[in-house]
Amino acid sequence: MDRERALHIYATMNRIRKFEEKAVQLFEANKLRGSVHLYIGEEAIAATVCSQMTDQDYITSTHRGHGHAIAKGATLDRALAELMGKATGYCKGRGGSMHIADLEKGNLGANAIVGGGVPIAVGGALAQKMKGEKQFTVSFFGDGASNQGTVHESMNLASLWKLPIIFICENNGFGISVPTWQSTSVKDVSVRAAGYNMPGETVDGNDVMAIDAAVERAKTRALNGEGPSFIECKTYRWKGHWTGDPETYRTREEVASWMERCPIKAFRAYLLKNGIAQEKELDDIENAATAEMEAATEFALNSPEPDPAQVMDDVFFVG
Amino acid sequence: MSIKTYAVAIRDTIAQEMRHDDKVFIMGEDIEVLGGIFGCTRDLAKEFGTERVRNTPITEATFVGAGVGAATAGMRPIVELMYMDFTYVAMDQILNQAAKIRYMFGGKAKVPLVIRGQQGIGRGNAGQHSQSVESLFMHIPGIKVACPSTPAEAAGLLRTAIRDDNPVLFFEHKALYSTKGEVPDDPEFAIPFGKAVIKKEGKDVTIVANLLYVSKALEAAAILEKEGISAEVIDPLTLVPLDIDTIVKSVQKTGRLITVHEAHREGGWGAEIAAQVTEKAFRYLDSPPIRLGAKQCTLPFNLGLENAVVPQVDQIVQAAKQSLYR
Repeated sequence: MDRERALHIYATMNRIRKFEEKAVQLFEANKLRGSVHLYIGEEAIAATVCSQMTDQDYITSTHRGHGHAIAKGATLDRALAELMGKATGYCKGRGGSMHIADLEKGNLGANAIVGGGVPIAVGGALAQKMKGEKQFTVSFFGDGASNQGTVHESMNLASLWKLPIIFICENNGFGISVPTWQSTSVKDVSVRAAGYNMPGETVDGNDVMAIDAAVERAKTRALNGEGPSFIECKTYRWKGHWTGDPETYRTREEVASWMERCPIKAFRAYLLKNGIAQEKELDDIENAATAEMEAATEFALNSPEPDPAQVMDDVFFVG
Repeated sequence: MSIKTYAVAIRDTIAQEMRHDDKVFIMGEDIEVLGGIFGCTRDLAKEFGTERVRNTPITEATFVGAGVGAATAGMRPIVELMYMDFTYVAMDQILNQAAKIRYMFGGKAKVPLVIRGQQGIGRGNAGQHSQSVESLFMHIPGIKVACPSTPAEAAGLLRTAIRDDNPVLFFEHKALYSTKGEVPDDPEFAIPFGKAVIKKEGKDVTIVANLLYVSKALEAAAILEKEGISAEVIDPLTLVPLDIDTIVKSVQKTGRLITVHEAHREGGWGAEIAAQVTEKAFRYLDSPPIRLGAKQCTLPFNLGLENAVVPQVDQIVQAAKQSLYR
């Protein structure tokens, strides 16, 4: 990994973290409503995966999608404005936290139906293949979605048609309160890839370098027309499923042990240890993320509400 | 003009549109070699190849979803469902995804997707292969609903559907596939959405019908004519957008409304039309609107039972007379 990309990943992880911390703060201050599913603790995955993508490559995202959107190029101000339902948000306040989409950056949208975005990603990859583009698609989904029929059907179809797609399962250990062992018949979700004749591997989802290497293999395969790959990233969400989750299904000790393995801290240590970056520049990156988030917050707070007179716009395209 | 069957009109329109635009392609079950079980894609793979005429595994939710994704990513997919009953298997992708993407994402995305296939009675296919399900899709904003009743309308509406930048559900009727009619040869022939067609003019009672029931309504109108009752028969062609004005105007003339469809009567599209007409033309009505539709039970296999469930021509005649207090 070159230095520039490494620093970009570090910056993205920090920007996601600051965004999520601000989101929870605003939620608790009653400045934003609805469901807010935080990506804190999982930042390495989106930041690393999307660092290997261009704006012409597609992603589909999930209800826990802020990190994916930011990593794929969403700006913090418009993303936060969307969480606050403002007219300046990515979806003009129509989508909120669970539906950030930015087609110009190749984000085909976050989906609040678990597993719902995966067939859409297959369609994105099909379009890329049929247009003869040298592009690929990544579908992010969770361990919960990995049991949905659409995910299995999508793996089958993508493999059959040799589509340029990477299935990225973010296994954070829980579907709301249900631990993966209680919902999922296999220990490593990636073994299911074999059933669809594609390579599958499980990596430490808090380890940027491990994720990066797996994505590089999968991307090469996709762009060579060899078809899809499956990568399971084992990780953990530090916060509840949603803001306000009583979290009676896990212990504080378990959460604390994962916080010890913070992906941002770990990557920072890696960058320092390998002489890729100095303390000062990493501090600067973190401070820049904080400053960007403050400005984004000002922007979102001061943005106008959408005009109810426009509530019927865009039900259909009128051309 | 050429004389074509309804099925061939559909097939030829798909072929013309695939010639017209490289982004148009079709996928579905058994469409490649077999040409679909009703022949609506016959020989298309020979002309366009298997990249653009794709056989899918039996996974309706996912290949409909792939259509949604491909459309959002700039293609113009046509997804064939072997039976429109199978929309139920793909409901999340149709109603939560295709219908909502444009609006929910703030109006940036376009989803030029056609989901088409046949439905209805006529082949003894029983409960899961004989339903008429178009009314359901009228209820959810974000999708258009087209229901052609003749070969020419099948061709003209399908062209409009394929060129529309919104998701369109296109309902064909299995019992109409072998019916013949004149179809314009012009590869630009299109019928706009949202314009109802008056199939027969009349002055005493308005009968609104779609798909197979247009011919049954016309049959009833012919019987009524002999008894001195002049029925006007209207086919809305598209339920979304709905041309309520043509229907209202007709009722303002006749003072009576019958809606008749093969879809279930309760909560069917006829109920919506009856409600809108009542709102817009209450004082013109000389009798309460009458809704005819399939009885509220599963479509049975046995022919006699099937006929007992769906409206018959004599019931349309009776309803018209009832509306005239005869």
